[in-house]
Amino acid sequence: MALSEQDVLAGLAELVNDETGIAADAVQMEKSFTDDLDIDSISMMTIVVNAEDKFGVKIPDEEVKNLITVADAVNFITSNQG
Amino acid sequence: MDLAVEASNEAISKSGIDPSEIDAVILATISFPYATPSGATMLAAEVGANDAAAYDISAACAGYCYGIAQADALIRSGNSKYVLVVGGEKLSDFISPTDRSISFLLGDGAGAAIVGPSDHPGISKTVWGSDGTNWDKVGMTGSMLDFRDGKTEWPTLVQEGQSVFRWAVWEMVKVAKDALEASGLEPEDLSALVTHQANVRIIDEFAKQLGLPDTVIVAKDIVETGNTSAASIPLAMHRLLAEGKVKSGGFALQIGFGAGLAYAAQVVELP
Repeated sequence: MALSEQDVLAGLAELVNDETGIAADAVQMEKSFTDDLDIDSISMMTIVVNAEDKFGVKIPDEEVKNLITVADAVNFITSNQG
Repeated sequence: MDLAVEASNEAISKSGIDPSEIDAVILATISFPYATPSGATMLAAEVGANDAAAYDISAACAGYCYGIAQADALIRSGNSKYVLVVGGEKLSDFISPTDRSISFLLGDGAGAAIVGPSDHPGISKTVWGSDGTNWDKVGMTGSMLDFRDGKTEWPTLVQEGQSVFRWAVWEMVKVAKDALEASGLEPEDLSALVTHQANVRIIDEFAKQLGLPDTVIVAKDIVETGNTSAASIPLAMHRLLAEGKVKSGGFALQIGFGAGLAYAAQVVELP
């Protein structure tokens, strides 16, 4: 069953917290991973791989570059769920 | 070459054999600056192993493990009794100081091993391979022909860091598990995990994903030495032994991975 946008955001926030220690409630839709949340490219890739497992979606390397904000990631995941 | 000669002489000395007994010299390198002749032929002559079979392996950061696989096969087949395997690099000849994707990680160095006959297996079956569909993920900014024709500056090393990180961790952990299974050993039988010293983030995540017991020492020579491509595994193992973190006779899972993409892993008995 497809998850709602809110569920995906909550799940993604949990993954960000696990990887970086950033508080889950800081992971808001409009935030940029790099500029606002200060997540580096290596941590970003770990979050992406864990998101693939958690949400059952494939996020190819070339797509990762397009995930600038949390909203980009949430939207990608919600639209590609099986 | 100086680094490779020094490492080789140390390995030969520690092995107790005379260099004239070496049947094959395998130099794993991506930075020997001649298309031909090979660095291995020069090295063989320098260390007193002239007339040994001698050739270079170009397998980037998997080069040393490729060399160990070849030495293992040469000895098991009866073709050779002693093989000198060297990982040697002068990556500083091929970096651009302004490149932020890889240059600051890289270093120069050489590590060597003498592989020889034994009454019990000391090298497990190598699990190795390549993925040329990702040939462009780690490599050079141009070819020598591009440079000759004025199309590029001097070719330097460059990589797509995120893609390489994903492959180096999640795909290579599978290879490491396969190699451990092929060895017949359990995780708790290992003394050490010696991955290619690509960067600390890869090593940390790799070790976490592989999930070995805390008793297994994870080599982190990159902290002192940097990423020396084909030299990184023998250098890291040398440090572990020299610092007394592991003992001779224990088992190490070593895995090299990098440009190609190419990879190789095997379990070895620590010298």
